[in-house]
Amino acid sequence: MTEPILEVSGLTKFFGAVAASDVLTFAVERGSIHGLIGPNGAGKSTTIAQLSGELRPDAGRIRFAGTDISAWPVHRRAHAGLQRSYQITSLFPDFTAAENVALAVQARQGHSFRFLAPAREIPSLREPALAVLGRLGLAAKADVPASRLGHGEQRQLELAMVLATRPKMLLLDEPTAGMSRTESRRMMGILRPLKGKVTILLVEHDMDVVFALADAITVLVKGKAIITGPPADVRANENVRRAYLGNY
Amino acid sequence: MSAPPRRKQVVNLTGLLVLLALPPAAFALGEPFLISVATRIVIAALAALSLDLILGFGGMVSFGHAAFLGIGAYVVGILAHHDVESTLIPFLPGAWHGSAAALVQWPLAVLAAALFALLTGALCLRTSGVYFIMVTLAFAQMLYHFFVSLPAYGGHDGINLWQRSMVPGVDLSKDWVFYYVCLFILLAALAVFSRIVNSRFGMVLQGCKQNEARLAALGIATGRYKLAAYTLAGAIAGLAGALTANQTEFVGPSLMHWSRSGEILVMLILGGIGTLYGAVAGAATFLALEEILTSLTEHWMLFLGPILVFVVLFARRGIYGWLVGPESGDD
Ligand SMILES: Nc1ncnc2c1ncn2[C@@H]1O[C@H](COP(=O)(O)OP(=O)(O)O)[C@@H](O)[C@H]1O
Ligand SMILES: [Mg+2]
Repeated sequence: MTEPILEVSGLTKFFGAVAASDVLTFAVERGSIHGLIGPNGAGKSTTIAQLSGELRPDAGRIRFAGTDISAWPVHRRAHAGLQRSYQITSLFPDFTAAENVALAVQARQGHSFRFLAPAREIPSLREPALAVLGRLGLAAKADVPASRLGHGEQRQLELAMVLATRPKMLLLDEPTAGMSRTESRRMMGILRPLKGKVTILLVEHDMDVVFALADAITVLVKGKAIITGPPADVRANENVRRAYLGNY
Repeated sequence: MSAPPRRKQVVNLTGLLVLLALPPAAFALGEPFLISVATRIVIAALAALSLDLILGFGGMVSFGHAAFLGIGAYVVGILAHHDVESTLIPFLPGAWHGSAAALVQWPLAVLAAALFALLTGALCLRTSGVYFIMVTLAFAQMLYHFFVSLPAYGGHDGINLWQRSMVPGVDLSKDWVFYYVCLFILLAALAVFSRIVNSRFGMVLQGCKQNEARLAALGIATGRYKLAAYTLAGAIAGLAGALTANQTEFVGPSLMHWSRSGEILVMLILGGIGTLYGAVAGAATFLALEEILTSLTEHWMLFLGPILVFVVLFARRGIYGWLVGPESGDD
C-alpha cells in the first residue's frame, strides 16, 4: 500500500467540557473516497475545520502529502491542494457562477497582484471556469448571480469552485445536505468519477451515499473514532450498530 | 457581461461636462468664487473615492481616513514652511531642505500617507468589523493630537502657506488653473480605480467584502490584498490632502479631526458606496448643501441628518445608484 495522503494523529479539541475531537487518529489513502460518519454533534464538521486550518486544535498533528501542515494557515493548506466545502454553502453571493469559479482559478494560478486587465475578460480565467461549470451541469447558469441560484445549484457551484482549484484532496462537509433525491443522485454522479484522481474525505448523513461511494469509513462518536475500515466491516461492526446505525 | 448600461454613460458624461464647464460658467455668471467651491468638491471627491476602494469594494469601514489627508497636507505645509524660512527639516537623519515644487511636495505627500497606511493598516487589519472602525479612528486621533502638540508647526494654529506649490509652466495661483489640475487628477484616479476594481486584484478585494473566509479556504492570503488596497487608498487620500493644503493655503490639525473622517464617510454614503462615481456625486451634494444651508443657518447639519437618513433608507446605492437606475449594479 502507498503512503496515506492524510494522516491525523491525536487530534484533540474541547469546547468547554464537550469533546469535539478526542485524541482522534485516522489516515486516508491516496485516491480513495473516505467516509466520515457519526451522529449529530459527533465532531465531523469540527474535524474538517481543524484539517482546513480554520480551527486550531488543542493537540495533535496533521500530515498532508508527506508534510506536517499542523502549523500552516488556511490559505497555505488550500494552496497546497487541501480544499474544503462547507455544510452551509459558502459562496460569493454577488458574483455570477462564472465569477465564483474564476476566482477559484485565480487562487490556483498564484498571486493576484494584477491591477489593470479586466478579470472577466481574461480567457485563462473564464475558459477553465466555464469548463468546470459545464462538467457540473451549470453551463446555462454561468452568468447568473450565485445568490439567485437554487439551493442544489449553489451546492454544486461550491463544488465547482473547489474543483477548479485542481485539488489533491477534498474535504466535503455533507455535500448533499438539503438536496432533493434527484439532486443528491446527481451529486453522487459527480463524485464517483473523481475516485482515483482526487482523494475525498466525505462527511455525509445519507448512509446510502456513503456506503455506495466510500472505499473506507471512519465512524465518529463523541469525537472518538470507534472504527476505521471497509464499508462491509463497518456495517457489520457491533459497536457501530449500537452507537449509531441502529437497525440500518 | 451584459451590454453597457446607457443610462450610466449619460449620467457620467453629463457630470463630466458640468465639471469641465464650471470655470467658464462661473466667470460668465460673475461668481468666480464658485470655482473654489468646485475645487473643494473635486478634492473631497478624490478623498471619498479612495475611501470607496477599501469600504465599497473591500468591506473595510475606515473611520480614520482624515489622517491620510492630514499627512498629505502637512508634508506640503512642512516642506513649504522650511522653504520659505530657509531652514533644515528637523527630526530627519541627514540635512533636508524644504521645497516649493509640486513635483517634490506631492509625491512625498503620497509616499508619507502610503507609508502611514501601510504601517497602521498592518495593525488595523488584524481586526475587523467594529474593532477595525475603532482602531482606525484611534490612529487618526493619535495623529491629530500629535500635531496639536507640535509647536514647531504651529500646534493648534497650524501653518499658513505663502503660496501654492510651484509647477513649471503652470500657474496654480490662478484658481481656475488649480481647479483643472485637481479635476485632471480626479479623472485620472477614477479611470485607474475603475480598472482596478475589475482586475484580478479587484475581484479578490470584492471577494474579501462578500466572503473573506471563502477566499482563504480557496487558497488566497487575503490579508496582503487588503493591506495593499488600504495602502493605495491612503496614498490617494494623501494626494487629496496635498491638494487641500494648496486649496486653502493652510495646514492644521483640524484637517485630521475625526469629524473630517466622518464627513468623508457621509459623502460616500450619500453618493453611493461601491460605485466609485458616487464619491463625486456625494462630495458635490454634501458641499453644495453645506454652501447653501450655512448661508441660512449655522446648524446646517440639522438638515443634513434627515437627508442622510432618507438616502440610507430609500436609496441603498446612494444618489449615484438612484441616478443610474437599478440595472447597472455592476461596473
Ligand atoms: N464553536 C463552537 N463552540 C462551542 N461548541 C461547539 C462549537 N462548534 C462545535 N461545537 C460542539 O462540538 C460538537 C461537535 O460539533 P460538530 O463538529 O459541528 O458536529 P457534527 O458536524 O458531527 O454534527 C457539538 O457538541 C457542538 O455543539
Ligand atoms: Mg456538521
